[in-house]
Amino acid sequence: MAEAAAQPVVVGLQAVRKAYNAGTAIETEVLHGIDLTVRRGEFCAVVGPSGSGKSTLLNIIGLLDRPTSGLVRVCDEETTLLGDRALTRLRGHNIGFVFQYHHLITAFTALENVMMPMLGAEEFPNQAMRTRAEVLIASVGLAAQMNQGAGNLSGGQQQRVAVARALAMEPALLLADEPTGNLDTRSADEVFSLLRRFNAEHGTTVLFVTHNVTMAQRCDRTIEVIDGQVTA
Amino acid sequence: MLTTWLPFEWIVALRFLREGRLQTVFIVVGVALGVAVIVFMSALMAGLQINFIRRVLSAQGHIELLAPPAETRPLRMGIHARPGELEGAIIQAPQQRLKSLDQWQAAVSQVRAMPEVVVVSPMASGSALVVRGSASQAINVTGMEPALHYRIVDLPGKIVQGRSDLSGSEILIGTKLGTDLSVMVGDKLRLTTVESGARGSDITLTIAGIFDLGNKSANERSTFVALRTAQSLLGLPGGVTSVAVTVRDVYSAEAVAQRITAATGVVADSWIRTNAEFFTAIAAQNTSNSAIRFFVGLSVAFGIASVLAVVVVQKSREIGILRAMGISQGQVMRVFLLQGGLLALAGSIAGSALGAGVLALWQRNARTADGTPLFSLVLEPSLFASALGVATVTGLLAALAPARRAARLDPVVAIRG
Repeated sequence: MAEAAAQPVVVGLQAVRKAYNAGTAIETEVLHGIDLTVRRGEFCAVVGPSGSGKSTLLNIIGLLDRPTSGLVRVCDEETTLLGDRALTRLRGHNIGFVFQYHHLITAFTALENVMMPMLGAEEFPNQAMRTRAEVLIASVGLAAQMNQGAGNLSGGQQQRVAVARALAMEPALLLADEPTGNLDTRSADEVFSLLRRFNAEHGTTVLFVTHNVTMAQRCDRTIEVIDGQVTA
Repeated sequence: MLTTWLPFEWIVALRFLREGRLQTVFIVVGVALGVAVIVFMSALMAGLQINFIRRVLSAQGHIELLAPPAETRPLRMGIHARPGELEGAIIQAPQQRLKSLDQWQAAVSQVRAMPEVVVVSPMASGSALVVRGSASQAINVTGMEPALHYRIVDLPGKIVQGRSDLSGSEILIGTKLGTDLSVMVGDKLRLTTVESGARGSDITLTIAGIFDLGNKSANERSTFVALRTAQSLLGLPGGVTSVAVTVRDVYSAEAVAQRITAATGVVADSWIRTNAEFFTAIAAQNTSNSAIRFFVGLSVAFGIASVLAVVVVQKSREIGILRAMGISQGQVMRVFLLQGGLLALAGSIAGSALGAGVLALWQRNARTADGTPLFSLVLEPSLFASALGVATVTGLLAALAPARRAARLDPVVAIRG
């Protein structure tokens, strides 16, 4: 515990509120003043009933959404006042996403989907980009399928490609929003193990939203969201 | 395979177009048809206009220098009359009398020195009576210097018998006159004139050639002789009735004519002024042509916009995930702008080829009764270049609204679908 506390803070939320239709008669507040700190290398399960605000919380941490009030600090950057361009850059370089639905771009092959986040990034010239994508796709066990169209893979394979894509830019933070929700038990376990492995090997911080109690128990820490508040 | 040498936006735009093959093909065909219509119409209209202008100018100069018209006037003008003085009788302008262009040699020298001017050909024209045995016919005699005049009117190209060279004792006549008088090359014709009822001339000329101007009336009435012969016949020793001028740019004729009048004081009529109705017709034609082009372009633009709007909806999840991966709003916008531009470019290339093909087919099949082409079409590279450019810009503009919509998609909403 003392070792984890020594790690730098990757996610820091202070009094984060999120309301939809703010300022109108139909204002609905879904997050009520959340304070949360997640440090480098933590593998956290985010649990809670449907509609409790887990996905909204993840979207705010992932800089896809803005809080109505409160402070959001991600990878040492205070993001509240950043513009869209700066948020996009921060997101692209520091945060990886895996969603319940894989959201692969079916116009591209599995390998190309993994290469996509690296396109245009200075640190990945042509060959380095390809090599890294091949390594990643092999590490998720899909070396034989790397040149297949993304639409031709099975659900489990597609989700593994999505994991590889999320790790392409070596993000400090990986946000996984029910990535195993649509998978059979075996595929779900494979994807979970993958995330665990990357967490252990690279120190990637992982926030893993799940309804699966067994998987939540296999995480280092559980963040429970109930009625828009973090209770644990 | 993805490479970094091709910008990210290009890669995604090309893949999206490839993935939606059927949509891409349909919209490219739609754009191609629109561009083909525009190319075909533009070439047809330009061909019609140039053909008409060529026909008009094949028988005349671009500018004609004329003697000022004689006016009907009182012998003494009222304002100049002294108190108590009566005005004299009204002087009528002579009905038939030919008038030579005053100081025409000086005017011709001045006009020849103008840089826009190509050919200056003095002419002496008037009416005469041609007599052959007991038959006689009224004709119009044009005296000219063949070396100059043939650079304005391609008379040698219209000779069907004999030759176009003219000596002082020779004449060129039309096919109809030749038939009416039952004459051929080498036969002699007597020409007579009666000037102002006082002076008359009588001259016998040998037919050097017979021409066909493609017009029955012209073939019946027009004759050509050497300038000196006409001067002698028409009672204009050393004089000319008009001077034909050609300029480098036919459309600048009116401006040049005005400069000639200002510089020489001679009346100068451009073909533009003498064919004002033709220009009104051209203006109307151009307006309707532009309107058709505008509406075809508009329908093409809406076609592209509607297809891209559908693509934005279809690809909203992908757009959301791209945004989550760190792709900026500007990059997303450029992906869709590129799609619009590429669709329009591909469509306009295909449309230009289709338009050129239809034009070639039209030119091959649209023929006059004698089998010659109805008129030659104008297929200038600039027409295709402008079709490509305008279509591509139209595609980009049409893609603007869908592109902005895509760029502004909230990634959270887009990913949630």
